[in-house]
Amino acid sequence: MDHTADGHAQVVREEQAIQHPLGVYFKIWILLFILSAMSYAVDFFQVQGYLRWFLILMFMVLKAGLIIAVFMHMVWERLAMVYFILVPPALLLTLVAIGALEADWTFFQRGVYFLKELILEAPVSPHH
Amino acid sequence: MSTETMAPDSLELKPGMDGFFDDWSSDQLAFKEVPWGKAMMWIFLVSDTFIFGCFLASYMTVRKSTLEPWPSASEVFALSFGGAPIPLILIAIMTFVLITSSGTMALAVNYGYRKNKWVTFWLLVTTAVLGATFVGMQVFEWSKLIFEEGVRPWGNPMGAAQFGSVFFMITGFHGFHVSIGVIFLLIFSYKVARGHLDDQTQGWFTKRGGNYEEIEILGLYWHFVDLVWVFIFALFYLW
Repeated sequence: MDHTADGHAQVVREEQAIQHPLGVYFKIWILLFILSAMSYAVDFFQVQGYLRWFLILMFMVLKAGLIIAVFMHMVWERLAMVYFILVPPALLLTLVAIGALEADWTFFQRGVYFLKELILEAPVSPHH
Repeated sequence: MSTETMAPDSLELKPGMDGFFDDWSSDQLAFKEVPWGKAMMWIFLVSDTFIFGCFLASYMTVRKSTLEPWPSASEVFALSFGGAPIPLILIAIMTFVLITSSGTMALAVNYGYRKNKWVTFWLLVTTAVLGATFVGMQVFEWSKLIFEEGVRPWGNPMGAAQFGSVFFMITGFHGFHVSIGVIFLLIFSYKVARGHLDDQTQGWFTKRGGNYEEIEILGLYWHFVDLVWVFIFALFYLW
């Protein structure tokens, strides 16, 4: 098995993988703990408004980036694979944009419809 | 003649963008130096990203479009240990449990490549135990919400009815992923302990010879499950 081309490639890959020092994993681990604690702190201390959104999204992106880059070995992959993985999910932003537009429209329509219902159901005033 | 002079050059893998164009235009395998199983796992994970992406996008849509107030996750998921209720504490503990399991998984992959059988085995078992703990806490969370708070997929006493359907669908699907992961962690703990990866024993399902690259592929799945939780924690529980 080791004499075939595939076997040789595998040995090379194993040698490369061993070169990742263990210390990197521990550092990222500790960072993930700190970032999680900080995002929990956002809720614990009831930070509100735009600052809350900003902090939540920032900690989320940082944590996701660390997991993908180091734990999932993305920093050690060739660009041919990195782009195949990271570019297609960017399409989801289009879906989010369409969803946000539609949700606003639905919200508006519901407001109009339910308001009309409330007016029709209201008891007729004796003055009219 | 020109092909002869081309041959030694094309065998060399270039770094950076040159390598990117070479790899994709090589008319062969696009993913150089990547084992077959790993490329397949990444394809699966990208498709799974779209599934969870659709769930989270629809969650945004229903939450933005409801007229009723959205229940406060901070209060709904608060727990009291004798004293005043601590907001969101169960979810915070679940997050730390899952991150810890991701760390032990990353170490298991590295020790696997070092062919350190027993350290790999115990790290995999630890990861499985932490994963099972996570699922256990989720069962507790679900039963508390269903039996004590009266949350249903079609309604709840706290506010917008969509809260229940979104909660059960997203956390249920994620919990299902964790459960499948725990099962595969246990299967691979067994394979490592029995020396199947050292001896390249044929697997019962794929019939391919075992090797420690499989631990990295399993690791990719497990880290992905942790990754999805990062997004659920931020967008559903904290938002």
